[in-house]
Amino acid sequence: MEEQDKLARFEQDIMPHMNAAYNLARWLSSNDSDAQDVVQESYLRAFKFFGGFRGGDSRAWLLRIVRNAFYDWLKHNRREETGQPFEEELEHAVDTSARPDALLLEKADHELLHKTIGELPLEFREILVLRELEGFSYKEISAIACVPLGTVMSRLARAREQLRTQLIRRLQKEGV
Amino acid sequence: MSCDNIRTHFHAYLDGELDVLRSLEFEEHLKGCSSCSGAHQEYRSLRTAMATPSLYFRAPRGLERKLRSAVRKAAHDETSRPAWRWTWIWNRPAWLAPFAAAALVMVVSLHLLNQHWTEDRRAQEMVSAHVRSLMVYHLTDVASSDQHTVKPWFNGKLNFSPTVIDPSTEGFPLIGGRLDYVADSPVAAIVYQRRKHYINLFVSPANQTATTKVDLHSLHGYNLFHWLQGGMEYWAVSDVNKNDLQQFVELVREAPAGIAR
Repeated sequence: MEEQDKLARFEQDIMPHMNAAYNLARWLSSNDSDAQDVVQESYLRAFKFFGGFRGGDSRAWLLRIVRNAFYDWLKHNRREETGQPFEEELEHAVDTSARPDALLLEKADHELLHKTIGELPLEFREILVLRELEGFSYKEISAIACVPLGTVMSRLARAREQLRTQLIRRLQKEGV
Repeated sequence: MSCDNIRTHFHAYLDGELDVLRSLEFEEHLKGCSSCSGAHQEYRSLRTAMATPSLYFRAPRGLERKLRSAVRKAAHDETSRPAWRWTWIWNRPAWLAPFAAAALVMVVSLHLLNQHWTEDRRAQEMVSAHVRSLMVYHLTDVASSDQHTVKPWFNGKLNFSPTVIDPSTEGFPLIGGRLDYVADSPVAAIVYQRRKHYINLFVSPANQTATTKVDLHSLHGYNLFHWLQGGMEYWAVSDVNKNDLQQFVELVREAPAGIAR
């Protein structure tokens, strides 16, 4: 039967990306139970639209749905904990390259990294997850996050810059 | 390449998104510029730090099972909408009469079968409504453990007044009420809890006043009890075990008539 076929193909193509879906939802929503809700909603949507999926990268296709489901969820829940404002850092963010902080940055442990990324604004968290944890290309990110290529580049640059600045600040405070 | 020019290319270079010619220029510049190569080194360290697998959240155990059953249910819902049309029989010439007669026999038997289906389909819809209530962050419209808050909340929203009891002393605290739609008709959903499990009690007007015995259905891991009482149709849906749900159903059925109507 056609429906059985659709289900079988869905389970074969989309199910394996559950970890990627959860990882993105978990970074965006900041907690496990909301992330699970978002993933479940995403899978139901994905199944509904699966008939229109014309091949290609199914992981990117799914993550785009996860992202949309998350923002719908956010709108519904009106919980605005989207991380720290980042304007303050941008002023002097550009000319800090002279500082030899590479060694310092290497000392950032998992916990600190986790906390610092978790406190970045949503759009930065999102792009870092897609690039650093999922390894998507700029072009794929542009499709998943529905933003132009140029925005992907500039947003990624700002995300990393802010992550770097925050990490250094915290590491220096800890006196590492 | 000037330093300014280089800055805009840091990330593209780091991510392997720069074309070969520019990559070479970039590397050439880094060799002769300590400021840029220092910055470049920092971002590389940052990337290395982020490459640790411990930053990747893996799906918790049990999520896969949950997703599979939700999707299978959705698939099942898509297929369980029969679209038969019998009107064509009436538009055929007379010589088709014997066939029509045979078809009529089939229609009658299908109708009998269909009564059975209707109940199954309704059970299906109740499970969907239950799952939906737990899924789309919309368990209750009125959240209260006070039956005298929940019951009046339905006034003016429904043309009937649902039973709301408070069996908290029996271990089924009242959580609240919600207006739901099942098969395009409004139903009252009263939500109770049993330990970590939620119970949706769907109440809607029945088209007969007889009181029936309780039917038990099991669908996709959910238990459903269905009965008619005092002109109302009741569906209790939950993933709680059968015995607990039965105990709950008995409490609802024994509720004094004054509260029930």
